[in-house]
Amino acid sequence: MRLNSRFLVTALLLLACIISIPVAAQDWVRTGSNLGNERIRIAVADFKPASADPQTPSLKAVFDATLYNDLGSAGIFDLVSKSFAPQATPGSPQEINLAQWSADPANAAMVAFGSLSVANGRLMVYGWLDDTHNAANPQVLGKQYNEEASEDMARTVAHRFADEIIYRLGGGINGIAETKLYFISSRTGSKEIWAMDYDGQNQHPITHLGTISLSPRVSPDNSRIAFASLGREGWAVRMFSLELGRLVAFPGGSASGSNQSPAWAPDGNRIAFSSSRSGDPEIWIADANGSNPRRITYFKGPDVSPTWNPRTGSQLAWVSGRTGLPQIYIMDQDGSNVHRMTDGGYAVSPSWSPNGQFLTFSWNRKYGPGAPGGQDIYVMDIASMRWEQLTHDAGNNDFPSWAPDGRHIVFQRQMGGKSEIWSMLADGTEQHQLTHTGNNFMPNWSWK
Amino acid sequence: MNRLTRIFVPAVLVVALLGVAGCKKKPAPPPATATAPAATAPTADLSASPTSISAGDQVVLSWKTSNASDVSIDGIGAVPSSGVKTVTPTASTTYHLVARGEGGTADATAHVDVSAAPAVAVPTNTMSAEEEFKANVQDVFFDYDSFDIRPDAQATLSHDASYLASHPNIKIVIGGYCDERGSSEYNLALGQNRADAAKKALVNAGIAGDRIRLISYGKEKPFCTESTEACWQQNRRAGFSIDR
Repeated sequence: MRLNSRFLVTALLLLACIISIPVAAQDWVRTGSNLGNERIRIAVADFKPASADPQTPSLKAVFDATLYNDLGSAGIFDLVSKSFAPQATPGSPQEINLAQWSADPANAAMVAFGSLSVANGRLMVYGWLDDTHNAANPQVLGKQYNEEASEDMARTVAHRFADEIIYRLGGGINGIAETKLYFISSRTGSKEIWAMDYDGQNQHPITHLGTISLSPRVSPDNSRIAFASLGREGWAVRMFSLELGRLVAFPGGSASGSNQSPAWAPDGNRIAFSSSRSGDPEIWIADANGSNPRRITYFKGPDVSPTWNPRTGSQLAWVSGRTGLPQIYIMDQDGSNVHRMTDGGYAVSPSWSPNGQFLTFSWNRKYGPGAPGGQDIYVMDIASMRWEQLTHDAGNNDFPSWAPDGRHIVFQRQMGGKSEIWSMLADGTEQHQLTHTGNNFMPNWSWK
Repeated sequence: MNRLTRIFVPAVLVVALLGVAGCKKKPAPPPATATAPAATAPTADLSASPTSISAGDQVVLSWKTSNASDVSIDGIGAVPSSGVKTVTPTASTTYHLVARGEGGTADATAHVDVSAAPAVAVPTNTMSAEEEFKANVQDVFFDYDSFDIRPDAQATLSHDASYLASHPNIKIVIGGYCDERGSSEYNLALGQNRADAAKKALVNAGIAGDRIRLISYGKEKPFCTESTEACWQQNRRAGFSIDR
């Protein structure tokens, strides 16, 4: 009996150890990526239609679906499913019965609700957020929107209201519902730059160059896109102005050979990129207007895919093939203090987290001729160099890019001969496919 | 298409005009014989061989006249009373000989069909130059994730260099290619290193560096699209082509 119980305790301890390893690993990722370890239970009421305009039902449907999806994918909420939520559609604070929302089965700590109307071509939305446990003073947020009545604006207003809620309840970090994703799509026959909303809506082409364009990177102020495209003399880093809707000069990006993989410094004043103008692909930095290109690295073999530390603006991570298979390194922006981050395999495409703490990159730890293993997305804590695998057994995954909230990562997944854009939370959960048409590559998340 | 019509329309017009002219001539002889009882009327004969050629080929015109003091061929000018001349028409042509003598005038024509014009002739020449280049300057292949020149590639490059040395007017583009594995950006850099390694080998063998342009295609323009080692090997290469 005594021996038995001692055995049982040991077995339980062992079991606890085994279980606690992955849980602990998730913890540091969730903490460092602002996801936190406790989620707020929130309910979203369908908004109350407050006008008889024939446009109201369709715009309300778009608004309701967008707001629900935004809060559900924010990464910080435990969203009450529609089937557990009360059927009520309170249109104002006077109309809501908070007890109904805090009781089983909704159990909501917070509830978002309001009204939507269309009149004279204008869309009017009143939105509130109430704390169900603070009966005396429940209102956390009250917002009013008046915009042109269109599906686009119904979506935009829902994104704005969602971002207000996320900002208020998510520790003062801006939501990403109004951010954009830039990517490459070959759906028209040539690889062009495309843009879409963060949730995959509103996909539209940006360039029509008819050549091969790669690696779109939007400027911190959302005004320009740096990218690489193939011309007669090889690859040039080029610049597209989103404000002017055309290419603008970037003289330092053109030189014979390969000039590619641009990266904006967080101040928007400099661009790091890979250039083979010295004979060997090295990391160079030019001013944002394309002047004053200067060489940073001096290593034999490929040096490519720089990314800035967005918090300090003074360090870069990049990929170097100087020892053979490509590895991730970090350095100061003058090329000093080089540290190797990955210990082997095939590691490429780093993106630095907004708070400066993590790198995410694509890694095939078993890479070799005939070797098994996949190309997956990883996250690494820079100070401790501990890492966590985010994707598992699902195609070849590459080009992760952090969202400005630090909670989300967008990436490219090639599976079954198709390449598509996916997003996920920074702990690898809640993976969603965003593109479904043609082949899509190299997503880049806007800075705001 | 445009070029062909441009050649054919005038040719057809010339033939049609000559046909009309020929018709008019036929009733003419009776008055000629009637007005020249003293002098014998001239005779004229003109032939072309061959009568159908490709543009750029040669045609032999031969002619014979009698009782003529003044013989000329349109477009060529005065010629002896009989003779042979080599011409190189670039479009279908009807040669017209006129023989004048005391007894009157005689003429003769010879038609040469010139087919499919310069448009075909020029590509025919460059195709063969292209083929000769392809046969003599062969692509080199690389090991996985490597831009080192292998021993088999070294032999190929020596042969490539000797052809380029004996054809100093040819400029080349070296394309760097990679297999589908790994990132697009890293493979563009690796392809650049492969193209550059091939260039260095040619330069070491005495080929001037300014004859060589490099473009990395990374994994953007594969030769082969299967996910097999055989296919990947096809795609890990430095490919040579004539720079135009």
